[in-house]
Amino acid sequence: MFSNPDLLKFIFGRLTLEAIPYHEPILIITFIGVAIGGLALLGAITYFKFWGPLWRDWITSVDHKKIGIMYIILAIIMLLRGFSDALLMRAQQAIAFGDNEGFLPPHHYDQIFTAHGVIMIFFVAMPFVTGFMNFVVPLQIGARDVSFPFLNNFSFWMTTAGAIIIMLSLFIGEFARTGWLAYPPLSGAAYTPGVGVDYYLWGLQVAGVGTTLSGINLIATIVKMRAPGMTFMKMPIFTWTSLCTNILIVATFPILTATLALLTLDRYVGTNFFTNDLGGNPMMYVNLIWIWGHPEVYILVLPAFGIFSEVVATFSGKRLFGYASMVYATCVIMILSYLVWLHHFFTMGSGASVNAFFGITTMIISIPTGAKMFNWLFTMYRGRITYDVPMLWTVGFMVTFVIGGMTGVMLAVPPADFVLHNSLFLIAHFHNVIIGGVLFGLLAGVNYWFPKAFGFKLDAFWGKLSFWFWLIGFYVAFMPLYVLGLMGVTRRLQHIEDPSLQIWFVIAAIGAVLIACGIACFIIQLVVSFIRREELRDATGDPWNGRTLEWSTSSPPPDYNFAFTPVVHDHDSWYDMKNRGYSRPLQGFKPIHMPKNTGTGAILSGLSIALAFGLIWYIWWMVAVSFVAILAVAIGHTFNYKRDFYIPAADVSAEEERRTELLAKQV
Amino acid sequence: MTTQTPVAPVHEDAHQAHHGHSHGHEAGHGTFKSYMTGFVLSVILTAIPFWLVMGDVFESKIMTVSLIMFLGAIQIVVHMVYFLHMNTRSEGGWTIMALIFTIVIVFIALSGSLWVMHHLNTNMMPMSPEMMKNMP
Repeated sequence: MFSNPDLLKFIFGRLTLEAIPYHEPILIITFIGVAIGGLALLGAITYFKFWGPLWRDWITSVDHKKIGIMYIILAIIMLLRGFSDALLMRAQQAIAFGDNEGFLPPHHYDQIFTAHGVIMIFFVAMPFVTGFMNFVVPLQIGARDVSFPFLNNFSFWMTTAGAIIIMLSLFIGEFARTGWLAYPPLSGAAYTPGVGVDYYLWGLQVAGVGTTLSGINLIATIVKMRAPGMTFMKMPIFTWTSLCTNILIVATFPILTATLALLTLDRYVGTNFFTNDLGGNPMMYVNLIWIWGHPEVYILVLPAFGIFSEVVATFSGKRLFGYASMVYATCVIMILSYLVWLHHFFTMGSGASVNAFFGITTMIISIPTGAKMFNWLFTMYRGRITYDVPMLWTVGFMVTFVIGGMTGVMLAVPPADFVLHNSLFLIAHFHNVIIGGVLFGLLAGVNYWFPKAFGFKLDAFWGKLSFWFWLIGFYVAFMPLYVLGLMGVTRRLQHIEDPSLQIWFVIAAIGAVLIACGIACFIIQLVVSFIRREELRDATGDPWNGRTLEWSTSSPPPDYNFAFTPVVHDHDSWYDMKNRGYSRPLQGFKPIHMPKNTGTGAILSGLSIALAFGLIWYIWWMVAVSFVAILAVAIGHTFNYKRDFYIPAADVSAEEERRTELLAKQV
Repeated sequence: MTTQTPVAPVHEDAHQAHHGHSHGHEAGHGTFKSYMTGFVLSVILTAIPFWLVMGDVFESKIMTVSLIMFLGAIQIVVHMVYFLHMNTRSEGGWTIMALIFTIVIVFIALSGSLWVMHHLNTNMMPMSPEMMKNMP
């Protein structure tokens, strides 16, 4: 068989033994680590006989709470991968001066900075944000699930499929060496012929299906499934920011899909959309991808703003200052985020009038953002602030994000941008807003909603330790990059000649280690909290004296969320209910109509991985088989009429009775 | 949980029954007449561009292309009204809201791209000897 190259080519496409990077020691060690860890995990699941429950209660689950939790688990796992890339880069740049070439050759280093960006944006921040929206939004609006529960499960598994495709590139073949947005002509077939960019394209396309569908789902949920009485201007702020984020997702992800599809055509069938010759224009790719790319950063940061708004109001014991202005600011940011994309390529050469327009629109965005900042400050003013961990993250965010915002306005000035473009100043700026804004918000959210999800609080000591390591680590890691950027050091350098710059890179590397300690403390926090879960138990369902509807149900909430749909009369409806002496209904429960679990989402996701793998390696039989299988499974699923069931009234009654007993013990 | 005295009936069963199942049935389905109107209009709007191209009606190519684009835009509206049954009332006005939003976004993306790329094209140095020959 090995003597027949045609047959081998038919079976394996361009996948050969050389594609397995057994000659790179770093990857071999990583692979051994992953293999041992993976085998241990699989062994543990088998030993504890967890396969059945895992499949029945999680993988096939259409419960928005479980899907939300799975999204966040995916994000945390990918955070570890993305952050290990960051540590490698910081270590390389700290030592690769003069004669020292460091430990990463350019070929490998370029893959690492690309993977770091792609993973952190698409597979850490996005699933993290989507996870929170999934978990929190239906609870906040008093709904039992999202509008399309199966679609939700399918979206999650498509996102996971994208993550798996990207991870496969670590051990089979290589990843893109183009930077996280894969600009042509470098990413075209002529300059990057290998599989790296193809992994990038198909990974993002598969994950993009999930993101877009989840956006549609959540918009429908928020528009159609709010509790009676909850008008738009009575919606919790997190739900508002989620609505705006999902509108942004639905409006912009098709642009990303189309742009990547055009690049795919360039690479696979030889069209010339983004090539240098035959009428193609690579700058059109840059233009299109940033029409998606700029709203994308608001997709990430708006839900974080929502989390901060909830946290600030709860931990100041006050109603949020300026609710209406907060809503309008969010909507204005949503619209303006479409009008600024060119500030990512001022230096492209489109001239003074174009640059001036986009520079001004960019600066205008800082106005609604500043309004939000003052709203949070005025909420804290004369509030009874308790500095629990979520509040610490919020205050840390407010200080850090303002610095990031100001450097952002600096970059929005076109003449300044010509100096700072593509420098480490830019790197410092966007890490400043993404870590200081998005990530701090997500970690505040984890600490805030964890008791709701699992029924016990997170350990505060390790939470505070994690916060301080992250905060200090962030400043130590990125302030040197601002300095270096102002001195003119550009990004993505594998080796630097000037030894006088080394000290700054060493400081930045120390900062990265501090952040690593922050992440370690976070993991320890999860473990310690799990061990101490009986002490940290929250039986009331409302550990923070919360204000929105999710705190009115038990922790963790029952499958059906609310035995009766709450009726809303005011903002901060749960706070209002508590003030008016709300009493839980104790009888008269009815059977509850619920969606049934299904494995179709996971199966389609697996087939999509096979399809993408076939496309990446030109294994055309695999492409054909998996494509037909996807169609067959998808059509087959439409004939599945057993998609709902009723939770009997007796079960609801028993569940609520348990809660009544728990609450009675509290007093 | 000390103040558990019932004051207001927070849970009302009347809302319960329909919650989460509020299908917007007001979208409406077309009649035979409306489908035929749409069909005939579409055929006419498709036939004219074919005639314009095959019959070499106009001397100027730009004129032909812009007329075809214009008829295409009308065709989109015909499809939306007669086949997708879009009007200002369906789904409580949400479809029209979504449509307006889509038009705004598409407008921003298209006009912005054209503007940006046009300026870029004007400012760029010629990329090839052929382009250099065509320089003014």
